[in-house]
Amino acid sequence: MAVALILLLVAVGSVLFHIYSPWWWTPIATNWSYIDHTISITFWITGAVFFAVIAFMAYCVFRFHHKEGRRAAYNPENKKLEWWLTIGTAVGVGAMLAPGLFVWHQFVTVPADATEIEVMGQQWQWSFRLPGKDGRMGTTNVRNISPENPMGLNRDDPNGQDDVVIESGDLHLPIGKPVKVLLRSLDVLHNFYVPEFRAKMDMVPGMVTYFWMTPIRTGTFDVLCAELCGVAHAQMRAKVIVQEEGEYHAWLETQKTFAELSGRNAVTKATYKSGGK
Amino acid sequence: MVDVPYDARADAPPAEVPEVELYHPRSWWTQYVFSQDAKVIAIQYSLTASAIGLVALVLSWLMRLQLGFPGTFSFIDASQYLQFITMHGMIMVIYLLTALFLGGFGNYLIPLMVGARDMVFPYVNMLSYWIYLLAVLVLASTFFVPGGPTGAGWTLYPPQAVLSGTPGQDWGIVLMLVSLILFIIGFTMGGLNYVVTVLQARTRGMTLMRMPLTVWGIFTATVMALLAFPALFVASVMMLFDRLLGTSFFMPALVEMGQQMKYGGGSPILFQHLFWFFGHPEVYIVALPAFGIVSDLISTHARKNIFGYRMMVWAIVGIGALSFVVWAHHMYVSGMHPKFGFFFATTTLIIAIPTAIKVYNWVLTLWRGDIHLTVPMLFALGFIITFVNGGLTGLFLGNVVVDVPLSDTMFVVAHFHMVMGVAPIMVVLGAIYHWYPKVTGRMLDDWMGKFHFWVTFLGAYLIFFPMHYIGLLGVPRRYHDIGEAAFIPSSTHTLNAFITVMALIVGFAQMVFLFNLVWSLFKGRPSGGNPWRATTLEWQTPETPPGHGNWGKELPVVYRWAYDYSVPGAAQDFIPQNQPRATPAVQGAAP
Repeated sequence: MAVALILLLVAVGSVLFHIYSPWWWTPIATNWSYIDHTISITFWITGAVFFAVIAFMAYCVFRFHHKEGRRAAYNPENKKLEWWLTIGTAVGVGAMLAPGLFVWHQFVTVPADATEIEVMGQQWQWSFRLPGKDGRMGTTNVRNISPENPMGLNRDDPNGQDDVVIESGDLHLPIGKPVKVLLRSLDVLHNFYVPEFRAKMDMVPGMVTYFWMTPIRTGTFDVLCAELCGVAHAQMRAKVIVQEEGEYHAWLETQKTFAELSGRNAVTKATYKSGGK
Repeated sequence: MVDVPYDARADAPPAEVPEVELYHPRSWWTQYVFSQDAKVIAIQYSLTASAIGLVALVLSWLMRLQLGFPGTFSFIDASQYLQFITMHGMIMVIYLLTALFLGGFGNYLIPLMVGARDMVFPYVNMLSYWIYLLAVLVLASTFFVPGGPTGAGWTLYPPQAVLSGTPGQDWGIVLMLVSLILFIIGFTMGGLNYVVTVLQARTRGMTLMRMPLTVWGIFTATVMALLAFPALFVASVMMLFDRLLGTSFFMPALVEMGQQMKYGGGSPILFQHLFWFFGHPEVYIVALPAFGIVSDLISTHARKNIFGYRMMVWAIVGIGALSFVVWAHHMYVSGMHPKFGFFFATTTLIIAIPTAIKVYNWVLTLWRGDIHLTVPMLFALGFIITFVNGGLTGLFLGNVVVDVPLSDTMFVVAHFHMVMGVAPIMVVLGAIYHWYPKVTGRMLDDWMGKFHFWVTFLGAYLIFFPMHYIGLLGVPRRYHDIGEAAFIPSSTHTLNAFITVMALIVGFAQMVFLFNLVWSLFKGRPSGGNPWRATTLEWQTPETPPGHGNWGKELPVVYRWAYDYSVPGAAQDFIPQNQPRATPAVQGAAP
């Protein structure tokens, strides 16, 4: 029976494609392998349901397609069967939801020792900011933004003076240290997206969003924008370089602080206070 | 067997409204153009929706040409690509699917299936169509205005949608919002009609629990739409103010291309909440009519009552209600409060349960049936496969932490095309093959129909099933060109080219379908009044196609539910709803 066979082939073919697909998730580079495990669980459960439903349907078409003299059965309801199917479905859903919520709880609980760093998006480039020796980042305001102060730091905030500002460069991170990535946007929505990190979050003008992660392997990773941000959305790229701690610090030493970049001195400060730019 | 005691009064309770007076056409214009007959309005809605839908189909080819062979077609640049995806999405979701299911199928089927002469407010019904047409024309006009249509994506997220980094910032976005506002006004007029007609104008004996599931699906979807569209209406008005008057409903303080803007204090996330408060019910506004219609297709063509009718009704109503508390699962990575994730993931996965029940009941209806593999039945089978596939991938995206890596990738594009693109379109096509004989009095050509089905179903599956894996790999959506990225193997480009070729083939098959529609109108085999030997009232009209007022002199009286197929002991394998029971004492059928 050709139709039944084709339907069955669709189910079998889908499973085989899944097994032999050369397109699969990228090798993970952070602690979020929990997320991959949850996806695996979901694949197993949904895959089994998919195959069972389609195979059953194909069998019905094979077994009960119209022949001369066939007459359908008459059975409007079967309370028992319906309840068993409902309960079975609820169990399957629970088996996916429970680990999902468990991992989500980890995802939204930032460890206390996480280092805060900042990623800022604007049409169509990335900027990064790392805390200086004091380990704290200064405050910012979008109204402070000017060609001399592209990330809008508050010039009066002592915490901000030693912040490392990286405009249109690459972000470096040390391996094995949890980081809380603070996300900011100047203009429209963006999304800081590194496929190997699994974690991602929108950047919304007017607010600061975040996610956290711990890099677990060194390497250079592509940064893409995952939230439509206008014409050059696809070209908004940068790189993240995860390094051993020693190399990271060597790199950090060569970076300029906010104070150095803005050439802060009494004169500029006075101009700023009197309302000039 | 369900055991419901026989109640003589339930056979034919009094009609709830007296007969309505109809406005009979006096000229060609009032018969075919400014008609107040729901059936004519239905055809007007369907033709308009299909016409603008064809535009969206062509846009999808252009998008796929760019994705399959980036850089080959010099007439597609990044701006145009964004304009194509935006218009394709908006047209398909709202101007095609919503209008076709509710304005098209709703108008044609509700009065006929509940045994009414027409919609309760025929004049308002006519206005509904003309305002819809105006909305479509305003939308289509954006292709010809300076700057072209908006390229903000169909979600129109601010601030991007109203700023100059997005194509169509001058006219495109303004006209898009105006068009949406018009659509909602027009829809509200039609929607009120559908709801009131179902509640007030059912014929004698047509109790709610005897209604065909098609009517249940369209009715519930319409109630939802009446509650959900106002959120989009409000969002559209506010964004229009932000764009034209410089207000800041959705616009925070921001710097655009180095310039400080005058906006401040608005919230981009507020827009997303409003949009998805509409947008998620919208998914079910498209899905529920499809659920209802496909239930009737399966039952009729398997010659078997729908399995678990009452559970099916409650599942439709339950899904409709639940769909109002899941909207923020579109916003897991939007930056909203992370604790929302717990709530919305839970509600979203709960909605899978009534949805799964519907799937079980469809396949259990096939079990021990007498399955006629007609074209409508084939499309129904195609629907089950694509819907199960798309529904299951929804469990990935609904489960908050699984959504984090997959959101904004091609996995999402594949998922929603499978579940609310391909699956409902399978039902639309199956339904056209099913009801075309009632509308025209002629059958659609069977051979062309089968060719159309197999190419469309297998082709669409081959487009969207592999696409999930491109997303799993990490390729983001809304990229006109993926460019250089270390994590993307070159084989991905081959797969993209394959998908493009399949999309063109599936598009070609739709041309065969269009040809069939026109050819069969003149050359199709005459169908008679009830070619599928179906039970529901629309097949029992005295004339085919039904005349104005549907029923001739007397309204039909309903004595039984819509699913008396293969009743043991009955002479035929179907008993129409308006056929009286032989003797009231015999427990022949369920209610």
